[in-house]
Amino acid sequence: MSGDHPSAPLLEVAGLSVGFATRRGVVPAVRDVDLSLRAGECLAVVGESGSGKSVTARALLGLAGAGARVTARTLTFEGRDLRTLGGGQWRRLRGRRIGYVLQDALTSLDPLRRVGLEVAEALEVHGLARRDDLDDQVIRLLAEAGVPDPHVRFLQYPHELSGGLRQRALIASAIAAEPALLIADEPTTALDVTVQAQVLGLLEERRRRGTALLLISHDLAVVARLAGQIAVLFAGLVVERGPAAALLASPAHPYTADLLAAVPVLDGPDNPGGGPVRGLPIVRTGPAAATGCPYAPRCALADDRCRSEPPPPVSYGEDGQDGQDRMVRCFHPGRARPATASRAPAAPARVTDHAVVSVRGVTKRYRSPDGSWRTAVGDVSFDLRAGEALGLVGESGSGKSTTARIVLAEIVPDAGTVLLDGEPWSGLRERDRRPRRSRIQLVDQDPLSSFDPRFTVERVVGEAVPGRMPRRRRRERVAALLGRVGLDPALLDRVPARLSGGQRQRVAIARALAPGPEVIVCDEPVSALDVTVQAQILALLAELRREAGVALLFISHDLGVVRQVCDRVAVMKDGRLVETGAVADVFRAPRAAYTAELLAAVPRIDAGRTAGALPHAALNLEAP
Amino acid sequence: MSAVQDAAAGGPYEPAWAGLRKVGLPRPGVALAVAFFALVCLAAAFPGLFAHAPDRVDPALALRGPMKGHPLGTDQLGRDVLARLVFGARPSLLVGVGSTLLAGVAGAAWGLFSALGGRVAGEAAMRLADVLLSFPAVLMALLVVAVLGPGTRNAALAITVALAPGFARVVRAQALVVRGSPYVRAAVGLGLAPARILLRHIAPNVVAPLLILATVNVGTALIAGASLSFLGLGPRPPAPEWGAMLAQSRDYLDVSWTLALFPGAAITLTVLSATVAGRALQARYEGREVR
Repeated sequence: MSGDHPSAPLLEVAGLSVGFATRRGVVPAVRDVDLSLRAGECLAVVGESGSGKSVTARALLGLAGAGARVTARTLTFEGRDLRTLGGGQWRRLRGRRIGYVLQDALTSLDPLRRVGLEVAEALEVHGLARRDDLDDQVIRLLAEAGVPDPHVRFLQYPHELSGGLRQRALIASAIAAEPALLIADEPTTALDVTVQAQVLGLLEERRRRGTALLLISHDLAVVARLAGQIAVLFAGLVVERGPAAALLASPAHPYTADLLAAVPVLDGPDNPGGGPVRGLPIVRTGPAAATGCPYAPRCALADDRCRSEPPPPVSYGEDGQDGQDRMVRCFHPGRARPATASRAPAAPARVTDHAVVSVRGVTKRYRSPDGSWRTAVGDVSFDLRAGEALGLVGESGSGKSTTARIVLAEIVPDAGTVLLDGEPWSGLRERDRRPRRSRIQLVDQDPLSSFDPRFTVERVVGEAVPGRMPRRRRRERVAALLGRVGLDPALLDRVPARLSGGQRQRVAIARALAPGPEVIVCDEPVSALDVTVQAQILALLAELRREAGVALLFISHDLGVVRQVCDRVAVMKDGRLVETGAVADVFRAPRAAYTAELLAAVPRIDAGRTAGALPHAALNLEAP
Repeated sequence: MSAVQDAAAGGPYEPAWAGLRKVGLPRPGVALAVAFFALVCLAAAFPGLFAHAPDRVDPALALRGPMKGHPLGTDQLGRDVLARLVFGARPSLLVGVGSTLLAGVAGAAWGLFSALGGRVAGEAAMRLADVLLSFPAVLMALLVVAVLGPGTRNAALAITVALAPGFARVVRAQALVVRGSPYVRAAVGLGLAPARILLRHIAPNVVAPLLILATVNVGTALIAGASLSFLGLGPRPPAPEWGAMLAQSRDYLDVSWTLALFPGAAITLTVLSATVAGRALQARYEGREVR
């Protein structure tokens, strides 16, 4: 592509395997990975949690960990064999030649040190700056990383900075030494869409200036904008690799196709209240699928051959039209179809005009540490109709969650009221409210912490089943609820800590359903989940809404997710509602400027934007 | 963490450390401490298993060093030191362990009340704890004994009063954390009654760290108990007790140095083993708490 030395890649990896030694033997985390990256290129490594993305990145930095066994046929960077490096040599390489940006900028920055020091350290350690002009250099770097008022910011502590600014400060320290390769591990995962767009733009800017970029993410939509090449990792194996545009336009591996289908889209036909993928069973990864194709248990195309022998890497595609091969490990490449194609149109949910929750002019203010009052929620009014799904959208700090907690009557508004079925709700005394609490239930972002750590799944859900009954009957009721949310009743005696993220969220939904509520408040219910799991949970919520006729107040910062689940959407900014309307209208023609801004910032899979050499290949998920 | 999530679906693939933890072999020092403490407890429960007649006087054999028939020697009245040590285990442990248990129960109630009993009452309860904590534990215990008079039971009570505020603080802090936790929020959201939430969710999740603290504190309580009886404020004279034995041995140090050695060693080793075992338990618990 745009490399200066097409013959000499900056980073060349072949046959990289990482395993972790345990009592049961070596558990492979990454198997036989081949990568190659030239200056000014961006390679994205995509996969779900546990697929080995981060382990791969850490192996390239010599940070795989104490118990890790790293082997490779080739592992060269700038012509040096990384396999032979000692600790001191690694340290001179890290930061100096390879920059590393981690996911969580708050925990990656020392809370006791000013931001400027953190950036300066990178310069000092590698002997790149003299003391007297260190400050100027740091300020210049922060400015380059897009930090406004760098001369103020560099004296502040990490907690005084917003998530986006922290991430930019982290990038500033990673690029301080002008590394040739920048490894970014989920650099935007915890960020709002607008901030995410800025951080991605910043990384793109570095790439354009010749830095090679290794971008790690679970979200294809995020990497689609930057990546020239994409490698899809599953169970430690690169199942597909190729130029981003071609791979996104016509995924060869069924897993890539499923990943793509799971990305919520903003354009395309309306699909109110329906998830795009069928409820795939959550299947564990790991050495259990060591025989045959690791994806076989989740794959619709899997046959006996897939289950018995591992598919070898084969080249795929239109004769290397851009001079770069596509590789896929599949016996049936290119035959996968997103599951939406076969999905029967669902009956629409029964929405009536009856307002089950009425929020009337609700205001909540908090006192800041400096004594001034901050309005978290200001004069917010909306109705949630019976059976309806209403999306509440906004960036962090916009007052979404405070509104949710007011609706749940966890906090009392300073002004305004909330009515439940036309009767007082927020104005009640807790004693009078308690018997009615079962009518509004909550599904949280972090289900695990909402379960008593000592409780089994049976007790967690059983506690929410109303009425007195013998233990046997309660257990049966819980098993039935688990069945409704697509969980195996065998999980009854499991402790939630030993469930996967998706399973935990299903347990939380089962608990919310148990008392037969009229309203379920979903506060960022999928933001901590992988896209494939997210799609399953969204489909489940949509299905339950139709079946049980529950109204959903669906809070999310992700517009794509809201579009998939909701009938109407309310957009919040700085504690106020800026726009309310039907999802289709708001997304097609936003009236508020802020809504338009939010919509524009959402990462999209638009294959034509990534590589100019390729013809524009528009992606239509519904009819591939 | 991500590996855990996928592994969590069950089956043979578990995080690497799960196996190690399940086998859970303690380090040798911890094993030794636990074994020794168990032995002391056994002696306290069934002293007859190890020795007889701690009160048999034999003036002809007074103040001897270790010898045949008296492996740890004899005291100033010719009583067998081993027998007295074995029979002294009960009052010594009773003061140490008993007062810790009492302090745990009282502290738990105190702390829970302070955390959940409303703002004013809670603050008042904590300021009282602050006042009591501002006295050193032994001084506090001395004060209580001075009021109640000496004796095993009063010594135990005195140490209880000295320890309880510390427990109350820990319980209060933990109860505040648990009360604000999402799972208590969830329980409130289900419309459960406050008493039920307290019993089902808050109290059990507060008890675990309290138990750990209590285990670690047994050593402190043992020392405090021994100190009280060393000062003559514990069990009355003929009864064997380690602190009292140590106190009496001071008068005969120039004749028989082993007389001070063995009760001192008994106290030191018991406190050490209780502390080591408690710390190990604490580390184990905190390790498991990682979520």
